[in-house]
Amino acid sequence: MKRFAALLERLAFTPSRNAKLQILRHYLERTPDPDRGYALAALTGDLKLRAVTPSLLRRLVAERFDAELFALSYDFVGDLAETIALIWDGTPQGDLSLAEAVQILETTGKAGLPAAIARVLDRLGPSERLAFLKLATGNLRIGLSARLARTALAGMGAPDIADIEEIWHGLTPPYAEVFDWIAGGPRPAHAARAPFRPVMLSTPVDLDDLRGLDPADHVAEWKWDGIRVQAVSDGGVRRLYSRTGEDVSGAFPDVIAEMNFEGAVDGELLVRRAGEVASFNELQQRLNRKTVSRAMLGSHPAGLRVYDLLIWGGEDLRSRPLMDRRAVLEAADFGSDRIDVSALLAFDGWDDLAALRADPPAAVIEGVMIKRRDSPYVGGRPRGPWFKWKRDPRVVDAVLMYAQRGHGKRSGFYSDFTFGLWADDQLVPVGKAYFGFTDEELRQLDRFVRSNTTERFGPVRAVAPKLVLEVAFEGVNRSTRHKSGVALRFPRISLIRWDKPVEEADRLVTLEAMIEGEDAARPGTRHGRARRRGTEAPVADPDEGGA
Amino acid sequence: MRADDVLYPTEAGLYCAPGDFHIDPVRPVPRALITHGHGDHARAGHGSVLATRQTLEIMAIRYGEDFCDRRQVADGPVEVNGVRVSFHPAGHVLGSAQIRVAAPGAPVIVVSGDYCRTPNPVCAPWEPVACDVFVTEATFGLPVFKHPDPAAETRRLLASMAEFPDRAHLVGAYALGKAQRVIALLRQAGHDRPIHLHGAVQRLTDYHVAQGVELGDLRPATTAGEIEGQVVIAPPSAFASPWVQRFRDPVICFASGWMAVRARARQRGVELPLIVSDHVDWPQLTGTLQELRPDEVWVTHGREEALVRWCELNQLRARPLRLVGYEDEAE
Repeated sequence: MKRFAALLERLAFTPSRNAKLQILRHYLERTPDPDRGYALAALTGDLKLRAVTPSLLRRLVAERFDAELFALSYDFVGDLAETIALIWDGTPQGDLSLAEAVQILETTGKAGLPAAIARVLDRLGPSERLAFLKLATGNLRIGLSARLARTALAGMGAPDIADIEEIWHGLTPPYAEVFDWIAGGPRPAHAARAPFRPVMLSTPVDLDDLRGLDPADHVAEWKWDGIRVQAVSDGGVRRLYSRTGEDVSGAFPDVIAEMNFEGAVDGELLVRRAGEVASFNELQQRLNRKTVSRAMLGSHPAGLRVYDLLIWGGEDLRSRPLMDRRAVLEAADFGSDRIDVSALLAFDGWDDLAALRADPPAAVIEGVMIKRRDSPYVGGRPRGPWFKWKRDPRVVDAVLMYAQRGHGKRSGFYSDFTFGLWADDQLVPVGKAYFGFTDEELRQLDRFVRSNTTERFGPVRAVAPKLVLEVAFEGVNRSTRHKSGVALRFPRISLIRWDKPVEEADRLVTLEAMIEGEDAARPGTRHGRARRRGTEAPVADPDEGGA
Repeated sequence: MRADDVLYPTEAGLYCAPGDFHIDPVRPVPRALITHGHGDHARAGHGSVLATRQTLEIMAIRYGEDFCDRRQVADGPVEVNGVRVSFHPAGHVLGSAQIRVAAPGAPVIVVSGDYCRTPNPVCAPWEPVACDVFVTEATFGLPVFKHPDPAAETRRLLASMAEFPDRAHLVGAYALGKAQRVIALLRQAGHDRPIHLHGAVQRLTDYHVAQGVELGDLRPATTAGEIEGQVVIAPPSAFASPWVQRFRDPVICFASGWMAVRARARQRGVELPLIVSDHVDWPQLTGTLQELRPDEVWVTHGREEALVRWCELNQLRARPLRLVGYEDEAE
């Protein structure tokens, strides 16, 4: 428990992904089985324990502590499990292994649970008490993705991330066979039907890059703004995986029900009504749900648009050229009106394709995909065979309102910027951006923030409304969580408008018009405006974040 | 004379009427008695100041030699307008003292100032002083505050340095007391490499060394190449300044009792919170009251509500003084 507690603590406070990876890898290297496997499962939410309720914990505390002192403490600390971990009078005696803790939580009956928890708390130190309580309440709040966990595993030995993802599904904690494999033992067999296979990803491209390629060697299709999935149906077991291998089947029973095929297909999840594809925002409402209501299934019906076949008719097609796989795909009968095939676009040259891209038939199309005709299906992101040529981002001119200090390589720099638009004569914050600028621009922005601060709140500074930022983004959704009522997808700073008076920044209504008016003339795309510098600073890819 | 007539809160701070002096006043007064050199307790501009020699010297370093009109070193018991006062170690920072106030025919009052009972290599340990009224702080006056062994916290810092050997570890620590204590803790843990100092902690650290506190090889944190992978001690305010920008990818650490609460650490953007405090924690605070068993407890600042509640549960008379001007963050 000591090591696990120290791990949770470091991960909770470490902002950088690479540092997180290193901390996790070191933990996994230095911790014996089965504890490290349980820790991994706990971090990724794959450890299914009976959850201890907050009310049970409150009763436990009421037996031991003065109510007023506890209330004052809870008020100060702000987190129930943390308050209990800190206030508890334990006498640390030895350590409790994570496996023992898991066993106590798994095997103790409901009646005996409060006493069992109290006994554990009595013998642990404060950090370990917190780790135990977080484990017991099933709420680690570390924000570590399964993908990051598997990346840490891949850093430990010979198997790479694609190898690990391929065998992962069907394995259960504490994953002893995986650690054995990493240490040089045999590769674990596919334990389950309908496994995930590493997804083939594309690299971004622009017209200049395309000029160097022969259009005749390539095919193109629309890039749909849904969720890239792998749908696998194998001997009665059906699963939908995200492109990082997360199982999202639970949220899409309507799609699962229609997967009357044997094989593994690569496609896009979309919400469709009467043949029309709905916006990503509508699809998003189906996400992150353990169960979906009947009403939601009716109002937001999901379907699958298939791009490619990996396994079909019992055959692994991945090593065959794209056009061979495509022939099988076009001949396939899915027997469902919820599953169809992504059509190829007819084009002669890149300028043809550019024209198609500039005027897509639906707003939910976010560009075109370009694929080499002879490309095998290779997991990961090989450079070259597949490209994405996304539509130009949308932009608004917003006003810098707040800035927050960054971490790690940006320590000491104000690098996270909240920007707003005009509504009447007020600025309303509409989003936050922390990249899109060069290092030199970061220094300039930092200087601007420091010399125009009006108020400070901890690491955040309010900034006098003096600077206009051109913000590029991929789309706008309605949002009840934001005061402005809108949420931007993947906002980044595309240009600092040192020259532009703030009164001339855009208004909130401009952004609101982009929600409904996705089909309209796209007034504010990056394309139509004069570029102020040759190249945009390199930005992370919105597709990287996962859905 | 009742204790309330000897000492009571005023806008300028705690005032002793028969002795006509203030203790740790927050405004300029004709005569001040100062418990220790932290900025919220020791301010410039008083007429005369009575304090320990080290507190007076620290004030001179911070405010200049003319920080008051007259200085008087507290060396043994002193009479101030007929009130007998004496200074006793508080274990908080170098020079820190509790002040015993005995007016003729009145209960004996001890004003503890800020105090700590965990052994601290950079100052003299707290001494119990028998009294009728004990005036205590309650900075960490909640039962959630149980400061861990500072040596264990130091090991966590060293473990992080081993984990990330190429990254500078910037430790935020208040310039008086905490900075030197963190250095001393690192030395006790066997860390013998040079430790680098931000300019704002340099002079007070030099003063500790001059007072005989062993702190090893100390260097200014100036040359970028030299400080990668090293420990750098800086005042927490430095993390908000462009000074930090010279480090490539630092681990931001903060040594403070507040780091026991995660939300506090997060709020400050700390990557490695180190729970090292120069104040009594809850068990020490309540233990001290049990040990002294004064007739009455007065609580100056901090979480007085909880401490008064504890006193009530333990049959001790207690009341908050609600003094203003002492900073919560002055840890």
